[in-house]
Amino acid sequence: MDGALDVPMQRTVEEFLKALRASEIKVSPAEAIDAHKALIEVGYADRELLKDALCIALAKSEAEVDRFDECFDAFFTRDEFRDAPPPSEAQSQPGGQGGETDLPLAEMLLQNDAVALARAMEVAANRARASDVRLNTQRFLLSRRMLDEMGLRELEELIARMRESGLPRDAGLAERLAERREALFEQANQFVDRQMKLYASETGRRMREKLLAEQKLTAIEPEEFKSMEALVKRMAKRLATKYSRKRHRADRGKLDVRKTIRKSMGHGGVPFEIVWKTTTIEKPKIVVICDVSRSVAAAAQFLLLFLYSLNEVVEKLEAFAFSDRMVHVGDLLDAEELNSAIALILKRIGFRPTDYGRALNDFWENHREDVDRHTTVIILGDGRSNYVNPRLDLMKEIAHRSRAVIWLNPEPETYWGQGDSRMDDYRRFCHVAKVCNTLNQLERIIEDVLRTYSPR
Amino acid sequence: MTVQLTTSQISGSPLASVDSIIEGLADVGYIASRRIATALFMAQHLQKPILVEGMAGVGKTELALCAAALLDLPLIRMQCYEGLDESKALYEWKYGKQLLYTQILKDRMGESLEGASTMESAMDRLHGMGDLFFSEPFLEPRPLLKALRTDGGAVLLIDEIDKSDEAFEAFLLEILSAFQVTVPEIGTIKAKVPPLVFLTSNNVRDLGDALKRRCLHLHIPLPDARLEERIVATRVPGVEARLNRELVAFVQSLRGLELRKVPSISETVDWARALVLLHADALSPDLVRETLNVILKFEQDIVAVEPKINELISKAAEA
Repeated sequence: MDGALDVPMQRTVEEFLKALRASEIKVSPAEAIDAHKALIEVGYADRELLKDALCIALAKSEAEVDRFDECFDAFFTRDEFRDAPPPSEAQSQPGGQGGETDLPLAEMLLQNDAVALARAMEVAANRARASDVRLNTQRFLLSRRMLDEMGLRELEELIARMRESGLPRDAGLAERLAERREALFEQANQFVDRQMKLYASETGRRMREKLLAEQKLTAIEPEEFKSMEALVKRMAKRLATKYSRKRHRADRGKLDVRKTIRKSMGHGGVPFEIVWKTTTIEKPKIVVICDVSRSVAAAAQFLLLFLYSLNEVVEKLEAFAFSDRMVHVGDLLDAEELNSAIALILKRIGFRPTDYGRALNDFWENHREDVDRHTTVIILGDGRSNYVNPRLDLMKEIAHRSRAVIWLNPEPETYWGQGDSRMDDYRRFCHVAKVCNTLNQLERIIEDVLRTYSPR
Repeated sequence: MTVQLTTSQISGSPLASVDSIIEGLADVGYIASRRIATALFMAQHLQKPILVEGMAGVGKTELALCAAALLDLPLIRMQCYEGLDESKALYEWKYGKQLLYTQILKDRMGESLEGASTMESAMDRLHGMGDLFFSEPFLEPRPLLKALRTDGGAVLLIDEIDKSDEAFEAFLLEILSAFQVTVPEIGTIKAKVPPLVFLTSNNVRDLGDALKRRCLHLHIPLPDARLEERIVATRVPGVEARLNRELVAFVQSLRGLELRKVPSISETVDWARALVLLHADALSPDLVRETLNVILKFEQDIVAVEPKINELISKAAEA
């Protein structure tokens, strides 16, 4: 080990870590320290070795490895200053060119010093905070700011002065400078594009997701389903890690006296076998009943997706769907991809006039035994029953038999009880009745359900 | 605080450079990619555990075995499963022995307490005897404790960590970051020489961030044809070059199909062994059909592949 990294290299690594974070690789301070340590170990002469070493220290899953490789390649290509026209022309100029202007930028341009230009651009980018770029709209501003940092304004003045001076040599120089300036613009824009790709791709996506999570489930466009699905799965994952606990926890150190004495009988009263107390933690058992008439179907889809992604935590999940008849859809959901399963369900029973009474009756007749005192019943529906008997008596029975009944209604609360909605009647038998129309609401409600099961 | 080894101290060891690791592993029969070797190198130099991920049969466990062989250290293996807890992973008191000793020593106890006039003085004497029964002789070390207490270091393999519970994962954190464990009755036990730790995971469930952060991460992908040929050649010495090329090409094209479980390296190696035993020097349709069950483990997969065998063989022969 030979001391710390030199400062510029450290800066580069910091920037790289920033880019990694933007491509959704979590880099904690501890990992950043590891990265630096790794760098000290392997050095940066061997690029492949550097890449492998950093990858091993920073990327923590298969997907992250892929993203890392991509990001590494994108990040370290910007060291090369491409598109520089061949330097032959510049060098063939008569000597003494070095003193022609006293502007470093103009010098660099005239001599076509690609390395110096690249370095200057990096420095300018740092000063202009290029790595803070987040939005597409900042693009132009940023490249402008970078060029200013490099001394564009002075260059413009110089060109203007030369043009006015009237000397043929100055005019020629001015033309050449103006030409190179255009190339410089181009390069600055490319630089900013790369920065955008490195640092900003993530932010845009995150923003879209934030919007999606707050968007009405019923108003989600089919082309958004994919990102929505990913979002749902991630939310479910978050809850799953939070609430999946061991069901049997061995409480070491708490002797179960009764059982130990009982076991000692076989050894003449000598307690050779010790029995420890254990506590059992319940896992939630959930019955979901989904209205799949048109107005609710979208919400139902995401609810089911959500619950099925929670399979690590939810011990037993039974799903039913109805519009006028109630059917068990659990097997279908297990066998098929969720999207096609939902389509199948809708084809079979969806879009018919809703009849809550009949559906509840079907449920009560055929699936009563799925509900016991450990079960939470989640009903998703608008409670609009087309003026037929809502069978409140059955609702009462279900509420009585289950641990809790949660009603999620995609309609806003002011509509409850209006028109053919019997929501006001149903809610009397629910432990919780809530508006649920966005993914965020959904997550909060499911979390509540899970929390009541986990030990404090 | 981890023990820092300087580069000079270990320059003679097989872990001195990435290239020497690749060579060393090849000598013990493991063909490592550069990334694998780099991971090992970093594990040694940063003193961190390696979390090895990849599908079943790509050589995760094998890597740990070969690293132990390379370093000439004992391998201590702990297989994880649901319900594994610290009494099986770390230590356990020898309850039976403790009880037996109390029974045997009962009379002696009486003697030494004799003459104590009051309850209090008896208690004092008892205190004076110390925590006799909660001391090292009654401690039953399990794999983790063993790994910490092995003189000269060890290779610790925590296999299939994803099968254990999340609570157990949390329990591992102290060991993985500081190479020490705390036994409440005795105190903190620290590794004399930090073991080289491998954790393997099949992604049955996602591991917690805390654990991942403490580990270097190595994902072993399925190898490309050239690497796989070298692996087969090393593992199955009797295999002819032509057969080797053909069977690897065949397996590689199988991986492109939509199968329930694509064959991984261990299946390729098994298949190569089987074919060598059958004295094959090239693939033929009958031979493949008869031995397909070595590489494909699901009936549906075999049924799906069987009609394509001829096509796949001719493709493999061209490769």
